[in-house]
Amino acid sequence: MNPSWWDWNHAATVFPLLLQGFKITLLATVLGTLIAVVLGLVVAIIRRIAPTIIRNPVTWVVEFIRMTPLVVQLVFANLVLSPYIESTLAIGIWVLGIHYTTYMAEVYRAGIDSVAKGQWEAATALSLPVARTWRAVVIPQAIRNTLPALGNYAISMFKETPFFVVIYIPEMVRVAQTYGGDTFRYTESITLAGLIFLVASYPTSLLIRRLEKKLA
Amino acid sequence: MPDNADNAGQPGIPHIEFRDVVKKFGDNTVLNDLNFTVAKGERVTLIGPSGSGKTTILRLVMTLEELTGGYVFVGGDPLQYEDRGGKRQRVPDKVRRRTTTQIGMVFQHFNLFPNMSVLENIIEAPLHVMGLSKAEAIPKAEALLEKVGMADKRDFNPSQLSGGQQQRVAIARALAMDPEVLLLDEVTSALDPELVGEVLTVLKDIAEETDISMLIVTHEMQFARDVSDRVMMFDEGRIVEEGAPEKIFSSPESQRTQDFLRAVL
Repeated sequence: MNPSWWDWNHAATVFPLLLQGFKITLLATVLGTLIAVVLGLVVAIIRRIAPTIIRNPVTWVVEFIRMTPLVVQLVFANLVLSPYIESTLAIGIWVLGIHYTTYMAEVYRAGIDSVAKGQWEAATALSLPVARTWRAVVIPQAIRNTLPALGNYAISMFKETPFFVVIYIPEMVRVAQTYGGDTFRYTESITLAGLIFLVASYPTSLLIRRLEKKLA
Repeated sequence: MPDNADNAGQPGIPHIEFRDVVKKFGDNTVLNDLNFTVAKGERVTLIGPSGSGKTTILRLVMTLEELTGGYVFVGGDPLQYEDRGGKRQRVPDKVRRRTTTQIGMVFQHFNLFPNMSVLENIIEAPLHVMGLSKAEAIPKAEALLEKVGMADKRDFNPSQLSGGQQQRVAIARALAMDPEVLLLDEVTSALDPELVGEVLTVLKDIAEETDISMLIVTHEMQFARDVSDRVMMFDEGRIVEEGAPEKIFSSPESQRTQDFLRAVL
């Protein structure tokens, strides 16, 4: 017997559509993480070694991004950039990536700080050039300490992709809402979208926890 | 020339020279107008109570601390500051690094790179500072590992080694740069007592087989007696007394030295 609020036929119809939307969700997460991982390291290094004249503006921008909501940034960036960038998805991914860049930069900063002073001193004692010291000694050790946090931010980025709804990117939740709007059956689509998120992020979080234990 | 230039135990050209050196940490003056020289091939041990500035001297030579005043020269080259047209100017980093390649340092806490294997630790600087190829650097590293008795551990990670083994690798790493000056900063202080001997034996061999100039800070008085040409007793950033080890350890003149040696021997 079916309860009135759940219809398996609708569930079966919407599921493949949701998976289509999920592809965009995944793409945004992967590319967003990539942007955050790379730019975050760049920002962390700039804030550590660049002269004040560069460091200060970077710090202001970072603070500004951290202190404003992602949704506002998405809408704003879309308004300003849509005349120049055709793909709304590209805008969304960059906004998401840059938003998390500011958090990743903090994680890297902590990771860099956690590298023992003696490591820098050994590098100096061997007369290693600064760039080589960063690349061969500091960054490998800093990144090791940041892997768990990086994983957690990737998951949290994954869960924030539904905000793309505000700039009409057809990711999974937008697909679910559209389906609901067209058929007046919201429960099936939203429930399934939530379950797909859960199925994807829970095992990932377990993996990260294991990684945390292994590195500890 | 520094005023102690005609003291015993330092004939020939100065290899390391401290000229009017001042080092302050904030308001705390650690070294005040320090002058001394180390001759080429000479082994000088610094002794004295903790806080007397011994380690600071080594760290100044390695450019790990910035000079507050005065000059340090190694092989005649100014290390951190130079006198240019009557003005004290900072030596550019590139030039500094060229001078520091002649200097090797072994630390109290080893400071091996944990993200590299034993072999990688040793070839890192030869590859990226001296510009050797792997084909040149690896056999050389293996020979050094042989010398410090660690040949069978070349592919281990530092964390898999005992303190004494790590320190022997650190010694090999410093020697891989063919240093002309070797700084030993309390290299056995962090070791369990039963591991001290293996490290000191390696260092004694190196002292015998090479003519590297050495500046040593140690609490191992027997080691100091065995390897040093000259011992300098420090207190409150000043040289209280200096001379041949037999003289300092057997018949010290200064009351301060007598008190110190009575406390540690």
